Amino acid sequence: MAEVVLENISKSFGNLKAVDDISMTIPNGAFVVLLGPTGAGKTTTLRLISGLEKLDSGTVHIAGRDVGIDTPAQRDVAMVFQQYSLYPHMTVRENLSFPLRSPILKTPEDEITRKVNEVSEILQIPHKLDNKATELSGGEMQRVSIGRALVRDPQIFLMDEPLSSLDAKLRADLRVELKRIQADLGSTLLYVTHDQVEAMTMATHIGVLENGRLVQYGTPRDIYENPGSVYVASRLGLPRINILPSGLFEGDHKGPQIGLRPENIIEGEGSEARVIRAEHLGDQTRLHLDLNDHPVVTLIDVHQDYPSGKVIKIRPHNPLYFDASGARVN
Amino acid sequence: MSSFSVTEPSNRSKWIAGFLVITYALITMIPLVWILLTGFKSPADAISYPPKVVFDPTLEGYVNLFTTRTRQTQEFLEANPPQNWADEIVRQYDMVIVGPSKFGERFMNSVIIGFGSTFLSIFLGTLAAYAFSRFKVPLKDDLLFFILSTRMMPPVAVAIPIFLMFRNLGLSDTHLGMILLYTGVNISLAVWLLKGFIDEIPREYEEAALIDGYTRFQAFYKVVLPQAATGIASTAIFCLIFAWNEYAFAVLLTSANAQTAPPFIPTIIGIGGLDWPAVAAGATIFLIPVMIFTILMRKHLLRGITFGAVRK
Repeated sequence: MAEVVLENISKSFGNLKAVDDISMTIPNGAFVVLLGPTGAGKTTTLRLISGLEKLDSGTVHIAGRDVGIDTPAQRDVAMVFQQYSLYPHMTVRENLSFPLRSPILKTPEDEITRKVNEVSEILQIPHKLDNKATELSGGEMQRVSIGRALVRDPQIFLMDEPLSSLDAKLRADLRVELKRIQADLGSTLLYVTHDQVEAMTMATHIGVLENGRLVQYGTPRDIYENPGSVYVASRLGLPRINILPSGLFEGDHKGPQIGLRPENIIEGEGSEARVIRAEHLGDQTRLHLDLNDHPVVTLIDVHQDYPSGKVIKIRPHNPLYFDASGARVN
Repeated sequence: MSSFSVTEPSNRSKWIAGFLVITYALITMIPLVWILLTGFKSPADAISYPPKVVFDPTLEGYVNLFTTRTRQTQEFLEANPPQNWADEIVRQYDMVIVGPSKFGERFMNSVIIGFGSTFLSIFLGTLAAYAFSRFKVPLKDDLLFFILSTRMMPPVAVAIPIFLMFRNLGLSDTHLGMILLYTGVNISLAVWLLKGFIDEIPREYEEAALIDGYTRFQAFYKVVLPQAATGIASTAIFCLIFAWNEYAFAVLLTSANAQTAPPFIPTIIGIGGLDWPAVAAGATIFLIPVMIFTILMRKHLLRGITFGAVRK
C-alpha cells in the first residue's frame, strides 16, 4: 500500500491529447474515483500509472519512487481491465493463481491455495474454480478478473469500470464488498467509472476529468456541493442539476446562469411553472416542469398528485451561480 | 409434417447435404483409393486395360519397395529354399532378396527435412509474426511486402542461383541445406498466416500478464502462445505439406546423401520398366505421416479457444 503522486503527466495519441497535464496525489489508503464520460482520459491515466503506456511528460511516483522507466511488473500494481482479459486457456483457479506464481511473487503453493479460496469466497465463485475461464457468464468473468487483482497485495489497485457489465443487484453487492475489502486492507485504490452512484458511494476522493484534464479533485461531498463548473455539477446528482438562465427567477443574481439541484427547488411561491408529467419511482417522485419553455426537473412528496398541466410556483434555494462560460461564480 | 425451425434443418436438407458431402468425398478419394489398390496389385494387373477393380491382392509391390533383388540360376534357387514369405514372393521371378532398398533411408530424409523445416519455419515465423503484430517495427509494411514477394514467383524460377549458391556453400545434397531452403520458402507463408492469427488475440491478455508480474517474453509464451495454438497447428500443416511433397528442388539439389522420398519413389525400376505397384506402395507409405500429423492437429484446427473471454 502506498501513496501515488502524479505530477504534470501528459499523453497524446497522434493529435489527440488523451491526458493533459494532470497532477494529483492519491493518498495511502484512499479510494479515489476518476469520473468522466467516455474519452475523458480516465483509462489512459490508469494505463500511465500501471506502465502499460509511456508518459509523454511528467512523473509518476509510487511510494516515493519515480517509476518512469519501470516495467508494469516492477511497479507492483494490480489492475482490473474493463474487458475482463481472463486467460482463456486456463481455469478460474489458474487465472487467480497466475499473478501469485509470477517470477516476482513466487508464492508457495499452499499460500496460493489459501488466497485463491479466500478470494473466491468473497466474490461468490468457489463453485466455479475448476471451470474454464471461457465457460463463465459475463458477471462471473468480471468477478474473476477482480479476484485476480485481489489475490495480490500491491502498492495500488487500478480498476477500470470493473462493475460496468454486472447486473444491478450484483453491482450493488460488489460495490459494498469492494469498499469493505478496501477499507479492511487499507488498500490504495484508483477506480475509473462513469457511474456516479459508484463514485458517490465508494470514493474517499473524486477526480472529475474533462477532455484529458483534471477539472476538480475533492471529497464526494465537496464535489457535489461545491462544483467548480457546470460540467462538474452535471457529473453528479440524479436527476441532473438544472442549469437555467438566472432571469427566470426574481431577485438578485450573482451570475447569468443558475444551477439548481432537484432538491434545491422549493415549491409554493416564486415563478410559475407548468407540470408536464410526474414520474413515480417508488422511493421518489420526479416532477418534470416547463418553466417559460425551459425544462426543469424537481423532486416532490411521493404521495402528492400533480396532474399534467397544473401550474405551480417554484423558487430557488441555495442556488449555484455560473458565468456564461460555465465557471462557478459564487 | 414438422414445423419450420431456423436452427434445425429439415430432413430433406440433411439428406441433400449428406449426399453432396459423400459425393465430394468420393470424388476426392478416388486417386487415393487407386494408389492404395495399385500397391497391392501384381505388375501385370497394375497396367492392365481396362483397369482391374477385382484382383488377387499381393504384397509384391511392398516387397519390391523395401528390398533389392538379383536374378539367380536355377541351381542356386534349388540349393537355397526360401527363407520367408517375402523371399517366396520374389522367387516367382527367379530372384532372391539381397538386402534392403534405399527407400527407408529416403523416407527418413523426408522426415528429417520435412519436420525440421516445419519446426524452423514455425519457430522463426511465430517470433517474427508476434513482432510484426505487436511492436512498432520500422518500415513494417514494406518488410511484410518483401517477405511476401518471395512467394510471387514459382520457387523453381530461382533454381539456378540457388543451385550455384548451394554448391559454393557446400550445402548441396545436405539435410541442413534442404531444411534451410524449405524454411526459406515457407517462412513467408508462416509469417503472414501467423500474424493474422496473433492479430486476432487481444493485447489485453499480455497487458494483464505484464501487470501480473511477468516479463514481455514470459507473457508471450505463457499467454499468447497457447492461444495461437490453432494458428500454429494449421500453419504447421501447410508448411509440412509443402516441404514433404516438394519435388523440383529435391531432384535438383539432392542425390546420394540427402535425397528425399519424392524424387526417389518414381525411379523404382522393376522388370521391363517402372515397377508401378512398388511406386504405388511407396506413395501410400509416403502419405501416412502427413495424414497422422493432420489428424493430430485436427483438434486444434476445430477449436476456437479464444472465443468469448474478452468482451469486445
